[in-house]
Amino acid sequence: MRYLFLLNRTEDGLPQPGTPEAQAQFSGYREANEAMAAAGVLVDCAPLAPQSSSTTLRVRDEELLITDGPAAEIKEQLGGYTIVRCADLDEALKWAATIPAAREASIEIRPIIDVEGPS
Amino acid sequence: MEETLRASWWSSVAALTRLTGDLGRAEDAVQEACAAALVRWRADGVPATPTGWLVGVARHKAIDAMRREGRRAEKEAAAMRDLGASAPADAGGGDDELGLIFLCCHPALDPVVRVALTLRAVCGLTTREVAAAFLVPEATMAKRLTRAKAKIRDAAIPFRSPDDAERGRRLPAVLKVVYLVFTQGHMATGGDDLVRGSLCDTAVALARRLDRLLPDEPEVAGLLALLLLTDARRAARTDERGDLVLLEDQDRSRWDGSLIADGEALLARAFRRGRPGPYQLQAAIAACHSGAPTADATDWRQIALLYDELIRVEPSPVHEANRAVAVAMSEGPTAGLVILDALGHDPQLARWPQLHIARADLLRRSGRPEDAYEAYGRALQLEPPPAERRFIEARRAELGSPRS
Repeated sequence: MRYLFLLNRTEDGLPQPGTPEAQAQFSGYREANEAMAAAGVLVDCAPLAPQSSSTTLRVRDEELLITDGPAAEIKEQLGGYTIVRCADLDEALKWAATIPAAREASIEIRPIIDVEGPS
Repeated sequence: MEETLRASWWSSVAALTRLTGDLGRAEDAVQEACAAALVRWRADGVPATPTGWLVGVARHKAIDAMRREGRRAEKEAAAMRDLGASAPADAGGGDDELGLIFLCCHPALDPVVRVALTLRAVCGLTTREVAAAFLVPEATMAKRLTRAKAKIRDAAIPFRSPDDAERGRRLPAVLKVVYLVFTQGHMATGGDDLVRGSLCDTAVALARRLDRLLPDEPEVAGLLALLLLTDARRAARTDERGDLVLLEDQDRSRWDGSLIADGEALLARAFRRGRPGPYQLQAAIAACHSGAPTADATDWRQIALLYDELIRVEPSPVHEANRAVAVAMSEGPTAGLVILDALGHDPQLARWPQLHIARADLLRRSGRPEDAYEAYGRALQLEPPPAERRFIEARRAELGSPRS
């Protein structure tokens, strides 16, 4: 059985990078992730860019309806997730449009933050 | 000199966006280069290729900024290397300019922000000027623009000139933004007259540039024609007090004949391509008005037919309401009222003051002053902008008091 955890936070909730608060938060996440990895339960994890950077896609009558922000439709609920690696948003939109959820409801496209940083 | 800077802004920001891969950074660098230009050009004269000069200086400013921040993320290091390389290869053919405007009008951005972003990044308005156009405080507009640029960066919205298929899909969104810049200036939504007038000029200039970049797109020429034909009436559409003057009451000798001729020529060129669209059709309707020597000579039958065609390519209740007025003018007020009354059942359209103004006018023409008085009252309840409110009140006063 696999479970997706949706880690909620307030939109202004991220502390400034480099501050003690940010370091405390970071080590909190690292400890939890390392413990889950050590126990062999962790599949993948990553932070997400703020909701203000998300895009919602719907496909209706073969037409792509793209809007800024998350889906505001209360009759929809999260039903699954897909992670893709694409060059840019246009490529991600193209792939998202092929998934049935885009026709039946909507797909929110939210950038994942790359935590690996500079090598 | 300011004019030269403004004319070079679009290409300069576009080139820097390509070079740095970041719109915000590009704007900042070009802004700094413009400040430097004001000093240097005043002393040495304007260079032969102002845009080349600006891009060269802005490139160094961008490198300085990246050094100052000391951030060396992989992507930025790559951008630095590109920036450090010799003369930037110009993509040519307006690809950078198109890339920038299609970026600012990307469907993944909020529609209102697309307009603001285009005014700033493409037209070179300052944040203060953009804020004035939207009647919001400068800090509010600055926050919106910053957020939009953050989204472009975080979501990796690409900077590139779209290929033919994609351009066809996304061009309407770009044209809509140009049109909204114009209506923001054209409509009496309050605010400074000077700001509004210059917004109309900005929109016309933007449409002209776009028409040069995309000469084979008839809808671009159609939009430019629509803006010119509408703008030709600017001097006649308000009186000394700033109140709106109805098309039929306007002094047609004050219409700008050269703008009308330009618009008509553009429209003829666009229609020859045989791909009519909403802007060409709206321009054709505007041309019906500008071609009539007097209001009575207007060919309303032709206008009603053009609205039929417009509704076919772009269904919209607003077009339906306008068609109803044209039908009323050619066939009599009763025929128009039948259409308007049916439209009034649409709750969204019922909240549109123009519908009630049109109804009131047709009711007055059919000899029903009491009903007209009531319809004007309903338009007033919908809190129209001040100039429109004064217009409605004046029209209602002409009816005399109700039920007397």
